[in-house]
Amino acid sequence: MTKGAASNLLFQSSDWNFETLARTYDAIETIALDELGLDVYPNQLEIISSEQMLDAYSSVGMPLMYQHWSFGKRFVFEDHLYRKGRRGLAYELVINSNPCITYLMEENTMAMQALVTAHAAFGHNHFFKNNYLFQQWTDASAILSYLEFAKKYIIKCEERYGTSAVEEILDSAHALMDQGVFRYRRPPRLSSEKERERMRERLEYEEQTYSDLWRTLPPTTAGADPSEVERDVSERKKALNLPEENLLYFLEKTSLILEPWQREILRIVRVVAQYFYPQRQTKVMNEGCATFVHYTIMNRLFDQGKISEGAMLEMLQSHTNVVFQPAFDDPRFPGLNPYALGFAMMQDIERICVDPTAEDRDWFPEIAGSGKWRDTLLDAWANHRDESFILQYLSPALIRKFRLFLLTDEADENYCEVASIHNERGYEAIRAALARSYDIGANQPDIQVMDVDLLGDRHLRLQHNVKNGVFLEENSRDATLRHVRHLWGYEVSLVGIDMESGDTLYECSTEELSD
Amino acid sequence: MPNFIDRRLNPKDKSLGNRQRFLKRAREELKRAIKERVKSGKITDVDAEQNVSMPARGVNEPSFQPDNNTGERRHVLPGNREFAAGDRIPKKASGGGAASAGAGTGQSEDDFQFVLSREEVLDLFFEDLELPDMVKLNLKESVAFKRRRAGFSASGSPTNINVGRTMRNSYGRRIALHRPARREVEALADEIAKLEAEANGTAKHRKRIEELRQTLEKLERRRRRIPYVDPVDIRFNRFEPQPLPNASAVMFCLMDVSASMGEREKDLAKRFFVLLHLFLKRRYERIDIVFIRHTDEAGEVDENTFFYSKQSGGTVVSTALEEMLRVIQERYPAHEWNIYAAQASDGENISGDSERCASLLHDELMRLCQYYAYVEIIDERETEIFGTTDNGTSLWRAYRTVDGEWPNFQMTRIAKPADIYPVFRKLFGKQPSVQLRK
Repeated sequence: MTKGAASNLLFQSSDWNFETLARTYDAIETIALDELGLDVYPNQLEIISSEQMLDAYSSVGMPLMYQHWSFGKRFVFEDHLYRKGRRGLAYELVINSNPCITYLMEENTMAMQALVTAHAAFGHNHFFKNNYLFQQWTDASAILSYLEFAKKYIIKCEERYGTSAVEEILDSAHALMDQGVFRYRRPPRLSSEKERERMRERLEYEEQTYSDLWRTLPPTTAGADPSEVERDVSERKKALNLPEENLLYFLEKTSLILEPWQREILRIVRVVAQYFYPQRQTKVMNEGCATFVHYTIMNRLFDQGKISEGAMLEMLQSHTNVVFQPAFDDPRFPGLNPYALGFAMMQDIERICVDPTAEDRDWFPEIAGSGKWRDTLLDAWANHRDESFILQYLSPALIRKFRLFLLTDEADENYCEVASIHNERGYEAIRAALARSYDIGANQPDIQVMDVDLLGDRHLRLQHNVKNGVFLEENSRDATLRHVRHLWGYEVSLVGIDMESGDTLYECSTEELSD
Repeated sequence: MPNFIDRRLNPKDKSLGNRQRFLKRAREELKRAIKERVKSGKITDVDAEQNVSMPARGVNEPSFQPDNNTGERRHVLPGNREFAAGDRIPKKASGGGAASAGAGTGQSEDDFQFVLSREEVLDLFFEDLELPDMVKLNLKESVAFKRRRAGFSASGSPTNINVGRTMRNSYGRRIALHRPARREVEALADEIAKLEAEANGTAKHRKRIEELRQTLEKLERRRRRIPYVDPVDIRFNRFEPQPLPNASAVMFCLMDVSASMGEREKDLAKRFFVLLHLFLKRRYERIDIVFIRHTDEAGEVDENTFFYSKQSGGTVVSTALEEMLRVIQERYPAHEWNIYAAQASDGENISGDSERCASLLHDELMRLCQYYAYVEIIDERETEIFGTTDNGTSLWRAYRTVDGEWPNFQMTRIAKPADIYPVFRKLFGKQPSVQLRK
């Protein structure tokens, strides 16, 4: 490492070159690994232009992605906002893969490159590698090669079956992406080579074992005994593993009308959905972690005299933009900013460990005053998702700082009621409610496959478990049901059952829907 | 030391394919939007730039989403200043205010618009009419010609000889070929005459005369060989026929609005008129459109009334033709205006009136019109029955007689939007005789 004789600075001007990038990276790495104790995948930093950034954006941030018009739509939309100046480009993009890929934009100044390196290449990287959700549910080393396989596979399908046929399947599969994840049981790890091999074997097996004779078997006569019918139903459900929460999985495995290649496409969409599922559950933590890491590292670099005041000011300006939280009645209010909340909570944890108040000692007896804020944070990053993190670590001090309040909103009333505010009585309620609002499992509609009589009319019965009386938005519900029917091939119905009373709240079926 | 990779030179536009797919899809929607506009907008508006909002249907991606207007929800919001527990905040009109602000997850897409150029609008418009190629559209309309000087030619009739140009050619040729000038010859002859007059008889003298005579003879021979004006010098004025700019046209839209003309029929008629208008607009600087509708009496109306009024009644077609004749005599003298007429009807007429229509056309209108198109809108089920035969309504049969006699009269039947363009080609693709006006 060469350092200027006169000064200790890593870089002087805002221009960057590969030498300064490397020098800065090394300085950041030293702090991240030695002082913060981070544990990261090997880094790969890629320099891209702003157009390429837009490209990357619109393919859900993946360097490789199959083609679909919805990504084009996203591009046109982002591009439109960007050109109108309504939205800036992200400074960075980072991919949960091994090696971890971070994009640096060509247009960034050197100070920004340093910030992005600390933020993405160490903050996000550490989080991806160590958080239990990512460890259990995603396979960082295989995702890129899997996506490569997916992309090629879909191109092959388009060549063989036509773009529109593939598009129809993808459209329907995308509609069910939210219902295409295993929430509770871990899916098997993927390996792209094995994957391809298995697919080939699956197809071969199906071809070999296909016998037209099976079709001609006489139908089993249903017994008149109602208990027997009931037993049949329960056996049937057992055989199909019902109820099933993962609609895409169920359709892929059970649908009678899908061709093997269509099943494979469903599988690809499901795998992608599953891959992104942990990210959706850890937005606050992930961004908070990265923001906390870059903030800490940049301050440390400044303390060491390695970056100038000018660069530090530039960094702080970006930083404050990122963690800006407008109040609820501000026209700019877009909801709670995960960067702001996550960063504030992590700083708060540091404060509690180092300099606790009496209140903190009451609320967090295990960590208050322990001084071990690094270990506490590393532990939190590894073992929590947003919901549990907030439930565990949101302190009264922070609730006051954000002036959080809880609003209940009942559809029948023409007013919202303030249930709790930031006072002694409200802390618990606010914390619990906020934590719950980050629980995807609780907030996403719970829709499950309940029953289907494969030997009868093959009517697919879905059940929506309605919580707190929140129904589904009707237009998109009906449109989505049509997609389900498209994949299933026979009529589909959806029943809304109230979770508490067990009453049937609504029923709808594709038979009633017009196209 | 991490792995730095410079990707800036990698190809951009990785998402180009995706964007094309998206635009292709959006196009379907735009087409629908344009169709709606044509239905509800004015004829003259079709041919203009249009802003079309990003249509949601077909390019939105549905999924199971909670309905934010049902059930009980709880929001945690920052920035409380004055509220205490138990306070009630009135909800604003649905979708606004605190109620929706709490959601914070619903990403709304600002509506963004496509601005379609004239060509794009037309493309989308014609696509629906199964128009294969706009260029092929070629209305062969009659044109008046004026002769205009267009340079010179080496051939032509004697009356058109351009003397100046011919003489200039001749002069140049004479200089180039050294044709002896008259002056020169005369001077020589004078000198010979003078020498002969002296007649001193010396040998030297005689020899001199002899030499001069030979020179003179040579000159004269040369003058004979090189003519003063050669056929190759002659130039004629050349004339070229130039079409007269006929700057204005009037288009008569005649429509039967009796009860039998339902929305489908009017929509078809409108599309036909729109096409005709677009067509004429390419040719003329100025087009007037006259809308005449008729039941058992006819009247000139504005476009809106023409297409959307619900007036109804019996049917006497000839009233419309009489009204058209009246408007022409009043406002559109045939020597100044190119008159086009298109009549849309379902062919039903009061008995005996169809013959009157035919005779009106025979005697009056066809002389005034550049072109008269009759479109009969029939039921789709009738297409097979009537598609090819001459049989049909009384109006159809009566018009057949006009059709036989006047080349600038065309008639056809349509039953669905896709019929319009082929029929239009049939009506206007033919070449009517060059000079229609007599």
